[in-house]
Amino acid sequence: MGARVITITSGKGGVGKTTATANLSVALAMRGQRVVSIDADIGLRNLDVVMGLENRIVYDLVDVVEGRCRLRQAMVRDKRLSELYLLPAAQTRDKNSVEPEQMVQICQELRPDFDFILVDSPAGIEQGFRNAIAPADEAIIVTTPEVSAVRDADRIIGLIEAAGKETMRLLINRLRPDMVRREDMLSIDDVLDVLAIDLLGVIPEDEQIIVSTNRGHPLVLDGRNRAGQAYNNVASRILGEDVPFMSFERESLVNRVKRLLNLER
Amino acid sequence: MGTPITVKGIREGVLITLGTDEVPNLLARLAELVESREAFFRGGKVALQVDELKLTADDVASLCQVFEQRGVTVWAVIGTDPSTQAAARKLDLETSFPLPTPQQAPEAADIPELAFGTGILIQRTMRSGQSVSHIGHVLVIGDVNPGAEVMAGGDVIVWGHLRGIVHAGAMGDEERSVCALDLSPTQLRIGNHIARPPEGRRRSREVRPERAYVSNGQIVAERWT
Repeated sequence: MGARVITITSGKGGVGKTTATANLSVALAMRGQRVVSIDADIGLRNLDVVMGLENRIVYDLVDVVEGRCRLRQAMVRDKRLSELYLLPAAQTRDKNSVEPEQMVQICQELRPDFDFILVDSPAGIEQGFRNAIAPADEAIIVTTPEVSAVRDADRIIGLIEAAGKETMRLLINRLRPDMVRREDMLSIDDVLDVLAIDLLGVIPEDEQIIVSTNRGHPLVLDGRNRAGQAYNNVASRILGEDVPFMSFERESLVNRVKRLLNLER
Repeated sequence: MGTPITVKGIREGVLITLGTDEVPNLLARLAELVESREAFFRGGKVALQVDELKLTADDVASLCQVFEQRGVTVWAVIGTDPSTQAAARKLDLETSFPLPTPQQAPEAADIPELAFGTGILIQRTMRSGQSVSHIGHVLVIGDVNPGAEVMAGGDVIVWGHLRGIVHAGAMGDEERSVCALDLSPTQLRIGNHIARPPEGRRRSREVRPERAYVSNGQIVAERWT
């Protein structure tokens, strides 16, 4: 028993790991799960900002590792959900301040009291990534449908496979169906063709994400928005529910008229 | 400066032709050669072609040591000079290639294929950042993703999508080839030739098995029928 430790990683920077960690931890907590999210991006911490908790940080992960405080003292309770906690990274240190074994130890200490431990991995393949993947039972690989992001995701998948961790699922972020139709963007199948791991979910591109991360108010709290719904679906799948993937086929009005009038090729 | 050291694949394995040079120079150049391609040579077997070079038992022992120290076995020293042959025999090395038996000969003529002593089989998809390097042939059952590298002294066969970097005949042998069910490498090299896929080629191309080889001084790819 004990928590499932899920590391969210990507290789490439800026594809949406932190946004995904924030939204998934909130979505799981909204479903009554006991969740703690850990920011493993030491030196460039962002998870606190995206969750809107930066003003409540007193101690951080490095303080815990170096013995200046107890683990519980560093955990920040979410301002909206009582069963959601954040273990923030340090901003004034760097990734060499923590070792993989220490991450494993911290997660071991947290396992009995939580259902989910989500670890937000930094970009890259160096110490920060190694710290984040060490305690993981499972990994979520985040990528955007872009050649460079897929290349980096493939590298990361190779490294995780080599570390003997087999449970990996893919989250494709920032999909733009109109660009895919025009063949200006890789399709979901193009991405899966190279990465060849199970698909966990697809999040469409959405301006509201930027608004929500700036405000520190994760989008899933709002139910109405497409990207928020997509993250909610992902949380359901993580809980084992079989949720069909959202359809991204939105027929434009012009095409509908053409089709009805038999003018479409 | 002596003549260049050449490396070739032959039926009996890898043949290294030493050319002409002073023994101390040869030792240094051989060491450099093996070290620069360490991943290739490791675990392999080589025969040394010394032509008319006159070598003492010590010379032969030193030559062999260059290889043994790096995990490579020398099984033959082929030369025309009688004292070289005697020195080789003293160290238990072959001094010529085994002649095909009468029954064997017709087969050899029918199938002029080259063996490299060893070949390796990789039974999984190679991901970006992974690389494999081998003195003989390399066979991959799976894909070679972009960012992955396959380098072989012999041929490369990919039973899957080849989308990474591939180098066949990486020791300078132009007669090698690359085969794949989907030949779409980011860069293809055979011997000392390098080829890039045609620009602007994307989904429109149907996926079909192809073989790439060197013809008239350049790399060509043809459909496998």
